[in-house]
Amino acid sequence: MKYTIDELGFYGEFGGAFIPELLQKNVMELRENYLKIMETEDFQKEYKRLLKDYVGRPSPLYLARRLSEYYGTKIYLKREDLNHTGSHKINNTIGQILLAKAMGKTRIIAETGAGQHGVATATVAALAGLECVVYMGEVDIKRQAPNVARMKMLGAEVRPAKSGSKTLKDATNEAIRDWINHPKDTHYIIGSVVGPHPYPDMVARFQSVISEEMKWQLLEQTGRDFPDRIVACIGGGSNAAGAYFHFLDNAAVELVSVEAGGLGIDTGQSAATSVLGSKGVIHASMTKLMQDKDGQIIEPYSISAGLDYPGIGPLHAHLIETGRSKVLTANDDEALRAGYLLTRLEGIIPALESAHALAGLEKIDFQPNEVTVVNLSGRGDKDLETYLLNG
Amino acid sequence: MGKKRLKKLFDKKGNKLSIYLTAGYPVLDAMPKLVEVLEQEGVDFIEAGMPYSDPLADGETIQKSSAKALKNGMNLDLYFKQIREIRKFSNIPILFMGYFNQVLKRGMDNFLQECVDSGIDGLIIPDLSPEIYMEKYADTFDKYDLGISFLISPTTPDERIRMIDNLTSGFIYAVSTSATTGKKGEFGDEHQKYFEEIKNMNLKNSVAIGFGIDNRKKFLMANRYADATIIGSAFIKAINDEEDFLEKAGLFVREIKV
Repeated sequence: MKYTIDELGFYGEFGGAFIPELLQKNVMELRENYLKIMETEDFQKEYKRLLKDYVGRPSPLYLARRLSEYYGTKIYLKREDLNHTGSHKINNTIGQILLAKAMGKTRIIAETGAGQHGVATATVAALAGLECVVYMGEVDIKRQAPNVARMKMLGAEVRPAKSGSKTLKDATNEAIRDWINHPKDTHYIIGSVVGPHPYPDMVARFQSVISEEMKWQLLEQTGRDFPDRIVACIGGGSNAAGAYFHFLDNAAVELVSVEAGGLGIDTGQSAATSVLGSKGVIHASMTKLMQDKDGQIIEPYSISAGLDYPGIGPLHAHLIETGRSKVLTANDDEALRAGYLLTRLEGIIPALESAHALAGLEKIDFQPNEVTVVNLSGRGDKDLETYLLNG
Repeated sequence: MGKKRLKKLFDKKGNKLSIYLTAGYPVLDAMPKLVEVLEQEGVDFIEAGMPYSDPLADGETIQKSSAKALKNGMNLDLYFKQIREIRKFSNIPILFMGYFNQVLKRGMDNFLQECVDSGIDGLIIPDLSPEIYMEKYADTFDKYDLGISFLISPTTPDERIRMIDNLTSGFIYAVSTSATTGKKGEFGDEHQKYFEEIKNMNLKNSVAIGFGIDNRKKFLMANRYADATIIGSAFIKAINDEEDFLEKAGLFVREIKV
């Protein structure tokens, strides 16, 4: 089985670039340059330097003893929450800002849901001295106030997306329209493994540092360079893509993706795309999405703004379709409980997104000697209010 | 009819005017009535937009009209029903304009057959890129008597325009500016140069210029270079009145054409 893209950017039947002609030039410019630039020695040197000295990588792989005891198995946490800016998102934005500079771009745009990607983008834009506009759904601006404040302090302009559900999907639409209207000077830093080719592949490559480190960290700590299972949450799916990347071809590693069930799959208030969705095009990519019989995109719901997305990245659609990854669903209440559980057992407050991955652990039959890695994609500071309201 | 009706239209001499409307806007049953008025006022062909939840290429005006139309209850069944109604009294060429996911979800063959059966003549699907169309879908589309128009923009290189010209049947949709629909501002030298370049390429297909044409001056300038002019956002803005939209529609066309 093949888990890489073909020439048109498809993983099997998913992916591609369903873009209006107005975006063709921007997307082609990126497509022709991303690998070329990423493979240069200068780029690699600077990317690695920043990941180490600026982001604080490698992120620890931590054997969570009390959590392991609770589930009667061995659970390691990949601590992406300890990165600068508080989540895995910075791995990608560091890479893309270097790319943008190498391509001579002077203006950066991004979309954000929970604000983690927005903060990570505003951060690297400040670092690079580039103008930055972040699109964020009006609803998300309200529920993620601390991140909005951080972006503003970092010098970014936060523009509210007021169309549709006023969440991540609409922020992405607005960012794409902005890119159409700025065909020369602007680079669009997409935050997940979604969007037109080459974004899914490019973002997965930048996030692959997660699984690259996991390999040697596991070897050091367990004597084997792969786990039995990796658990990660998926909205668009960038943290999962990064955590799976170097294990995709190793069939001994079970890949478990946890989607946001919202209030429950049958309630009409859910973001469980792979269960509720069907094949179609969203944000210029053929994938699975939540849609009605006319192909109108359905507005999703999750307590977690970062998972409140009606699609999944095409790589994940392909992994699910081929049976390579397995999907679990965690509802709002289950995620909240899992967030509290980790906090009390390990003294780590996880982001609500990551709390969905942790909630997935409830639904897995563990063997005592198995090694499971949970990708702890972000920290929960931004979600304190939600946790406390629902505690 | 499809391709033949489009060919007949573009075989006629002189500039053509096309109006884009959003089906279901400003009221649910507006489309057939609007087409009747537009034809009377001398509009040559219609772009009948099927509203979409996530219209990537559209600016705020058309986005809002789409959201309103969906709220009014527009859906694909009703859309095709209204096209059939129009065909009882009119032979004006009509193009479906919508996003690829709408075509895909219906099942491509089902969708295209319904277009033919209801009396649609051609398709404009802005997010179906020519490469993917060629590689994956051209064989299916070719089975049906429907024109397909692709977009070109000021950033489209010449050889790509030629490639698109070869794929197109109907007319090429030349976007005036590198922007979403409904962008403000006059046409300057840059636009003129671009229009001239396209004209000088002597493409096989007729060329229609659209996006951002909101006054008579821009209409006349586009006419100098293209076979047809397409007006969308400005028209949608003009008919933003649930009571008087038909009068406003007539008035709008008269003011443009004088």
